[in-house]
Amino acid sequence: MIAVENLTKRYGAATVVNDVSMLIESNSITVIVGTSGSGKSTLLRMINRLIEPSAGQVLIEGKDTRAEPAHLLRRRIGYVIQGNGLFPHRTVAENIATVPRLLRWSSARVAARVDELLRVFQLDPGAYAQAFPHQLSGGQQQRVGVARALAAEPAVLLMDEPFGALDPIIRAKAQEDLLDIQRRFGTTIVLVTHDMDEAFLLGDRVAVMSQGRVLQYDRPTALLTRPTDPFVSRMTGLADRAMRLLSLTTAGEVAAPGGSSGPQVPAAASLRDALSEILWSGADSALVVDADGTPRGHLTLAAILAHGRPA
Amino acid sequence: MRIASALRFIALALLVAFLLVPQKFAPVFAPLTQFGAPAIYDQGNLLSLALAHLGTVCVAAAASTVVAVGLGVLVTRPAGREFLPLSRTLVNIGQTFPPVAVLAVTVPLIGFGEKPTLIALFAYGLLPIFENTIVGLQTTPPAVLEAASGMGMSARQRLLSVELPLAMPLILEGIRLSLVINVGTATIGSTVAAKGMGEVIIAGLLSNNTAFVLQGGLVTALMAVLLYEGMVAFERRVCRTVQSE
Repeated sequence: MIAVENLTKRYGAATVVNDVSMLIESNSITVIVGTSGSGKSTLLRMINRLIEPSAGQVLIEGKDTRAEPAHLLRRRIGYVIQGNGLFPHRTVAENIATVPRLLRWSSARVAARVDELLRVFQLDPGAYAQAFPHQLSGGQQQRVGVARALAAEPAVLLMDEPFGALDPIIRAKAQEDLLDIQRRFGTTIVLVTHDMDEAFLLGDRVAVMSQGRVLQYDRPTALLTRPTDPFVSRMTGLADRAMRLLSLTTAGEVAAPGGSSGPQVPAAASLRDALSEILWSGADSALVVDADGTPRGHLTLAAILAHGRPA
Repeated sequence: MRIASALRFIALALLVAFLLVPQKFAPVFAPLTQFGAPAIYDQGNLLSLALAHLGTVCVAAAASTVVAVGLGVLVTRPAGREFLPLSRTLVNIGQTFPPVAVLAVTVPLIGFGEKPTLIALFAYGLLPIFENTIVGLQTTPPAVLEAASGMGMSARQRLLSVELPLAMPLILEGIRLSLVINVGTATIGSTVAAKGMGEVIIAGLLSNNTAFVLQGGLVTALMAVLLYEGMVAFERRVCRTVQSE
């Protein structure tokens, strides 16, 4: 649990982050979303003290982050930024080994961890461990950046627009990978983005920021169905909010017993994708199947539509 | 490329041969002498003069490097930023103040010999190293710096393991410029009795012996060219491990 308490940052007369308090649950993904200049990056950087707050405090597992020198704190918190910031003069393996080396792990332990992470991130150690960052593609560099941040097994991972520089196809893959990583390591992730789709896709909870304040901090469904501020509705988009709502539920959650002659959709697909499949095929229901192809039940148009409006 | 290496080899071979057995080259320089004057400098050992010359340059460059890099690091730290204009002024004075004038000022204070020459060369060689160090340190990509701090490097660790390695190609280039400039400049040290190739040139000027002047000048020039090439080769080796792109 990360407790952000009355956090404020002022630069002269300008207040960039204004009295923000929020509880970030462990083992979850929290997304801070806002327009540029909303203070979202400043808020994130106050968690690992790259920026020192003007007022307020941050507690991680009940412990004040100011209880130890900032650079020691940061070795326990993973950090990923847009453009990765990989060290150009160090190999991929050396980049990933940065924090374990700072923590003086034995070289055998460092090597084993680097090898493990390269495999987790689908980078063949034989081909990539000794490569330099400039020899990798953008997507590979991004993965190395995340691997480096996770190297010392931090409980908390901070990410500042980590996918901003990637093209749409690689970004979608990177987002899927992040969800897998979160499930695998149980890391508490705080991610900053200006992309509402990304926030809805990744966030267990989403904080909408504007002008230094958190306007609403809630589950994605609640942001859509019960926005507390007109700005939140504008950010989430009024025109396609029903479709967004559908994208937050999977076909497997709604499937009811029964068969269907309509198209097959995977249980993990969102209702939005299932609806699209049904419309495209001209049927009025779909067959929901598990990953191994066994039917789980059917999904009717009516059932889908019922999930596209506030309860 | 092959022609360039061949030329470098020929230059090195000529220089070494001339310094080891100068008398063999007497027929080449004889036409430049008058009234039966010696064709080859005979008032001292050319090899030891050349080595003393190089030694003076290298000692001065080492001192310039330590001071200029140290100063460059200092004025790019948050605490030292306000000293940047002052340091730049001091270093610029070192470059604009003529080395001859430095000799004129220092000789009355510390006497004749190597020391005034070392001081003059030291001051003259600061600027290229200082400016290159600053550019190298200031052009580190901001994302790399932020990542280094975000990973938990202390300011010192960040400087030693990220900033200086990335600035190294530029710093080495500054040292190379400084060395090459000072190989030529060091000849004036002979006016205050420092050992070096300037001694040969001055002896030639005093006795109206063009052969001496030419010998001193050629040996100095060859040393400068070879030092330049040697440094370029060294920089390539270092930069292969310090990939900057």
